[in-house]
Amino acid sequence: MDFRSSDTVVGPRSADLLPASATTAVKVVIVGGFGVGKTTLVGSVSEIRPLTTEETMTQAGAGVDDIAGVERKTSTTVAMDFGRISLSDELVLYVFGTPGQERFWFLWNGLFEGALGAVVLVDTRRLEVSFDVIGRLEDRGVPFVVALNTFPESPAYPTEELRTALDLPPEVPIVACDARTRESGRDVLMTLMRYLYRLSAPPAG
Amino acid sequence: MSAPGQEWDENSPERLYVITRGRSGLAEQTTFDLVTLIVSRSEPEPSMQPEHAAILRLCGAPLSVAEISAYLRLPISVVTVLLADLLAEERIEARSAVPQAILPDRALIEAVMHGLQKL
Ligand SMILES: Nc1nc2c(ncn2[C@@H]2O[C@H](COP(=O)(O)OP(=O)(O)OP(=O)(O)O)[C@@H](O)[C@H]2O)c(=O)[nH]1
Ligand SMILES: [Mg+2]
Repeated sequence: MDFRSSDTVVGPRSADLLPASATTAVKVVIVGGFGVGKTTLVGSVSEIRPLTTEETMTQAGAGVDDIAGVERKTSTTVAMDFGRISLSDELVLYVFGTPGQERFWFLWNGLFEGALGAVVLVDTRRLEVSFDVIGRLEDRGVPFVVALNTFPESPAYPTEELRTALDLPPEVPIVACDARTRESGRDVLMTLMRYLYRLSAPPAG
Repeated sequence: MSAPGQEWDENSPERLYVITRGRSGLAEQTTFDLVTLIVSRSEPEPSMQPEHAAILRLCGAPLSVAEISAYLRLPISVVTVLLADLLAEERIEARSAVPQAILPDRALIEAVMHGLQKL
């Protein structure tokens, strides 16, 4: 990324401008292992060509304390793909797709903070990459649904077998999807919203 | 043409430090979410820092902090520092993202579902 002098900054195409009435924006985060289809999902649901934002993360270096006891800091740039869906004249949904380096997602506080929830995209050929991210979402209290991205060679497991393998509580929805199609991506987001709606129900009695 | 390796690294820490005048952006991040919508309230002026002017030009229509970062090719923490300057001078309006408690508001979720149904 480099800053372009202000005269040469290319902004949104006029077809991509939000109406002046847009007042509220919400966000959802798509997480999952390397190459599982996050960018594809963002692109298929987005009304704009997906964009990339970045943040510079500073992390205290692990195990590299020098003699003086001063922790060395390492700095990493984390890039994030995102897309946008206008839901009404006032309400806009942004969908963020995390990049491959899982350990940095959760350092980016502003990413999950304020998010409605998350989608864990899973490739059934590589279930193990999802364990860490599911654990971290649970630790943070971020509500999530699991979407199984269907690749041609992906083994199909019964949902309950996957639930056991991923150690998911019974209420967490698991749905199959094809990240390449808009309808399927939309259905995944809808599944998340229905789940959030159920979670937000006032306690009975 | 400069030789490879001699180019000014556009996103070097030093350059970002100059743009933000050394501010980290940590304080500003509590004011601006990635999806806070920004709208310009004034025209850019020639005397302004170019990055400030660029933001005012971009935000004729509402634009999220993340989109501003993408179009300007600057990290979020740098953009939020610039936005805080503009907000302090009342040159922009910030339409804040809905602060989420642990669980989001039911009416908001309903509105999102309604919008998704129409896609
Ligand atoms: N068959 C099939 N292929 C898919 C699907 N989703 C994504 N792909 C393909 O899988 C590859 C990786 O998809 P990406 O969307 O780039 O994955 P990603 O999770 O963003 O990858 P990283 O950002 O590198 O972690 C691409 O070649 C996609 O075309 C799907 O639902 N079905
Ligand atoms: Mg990707």
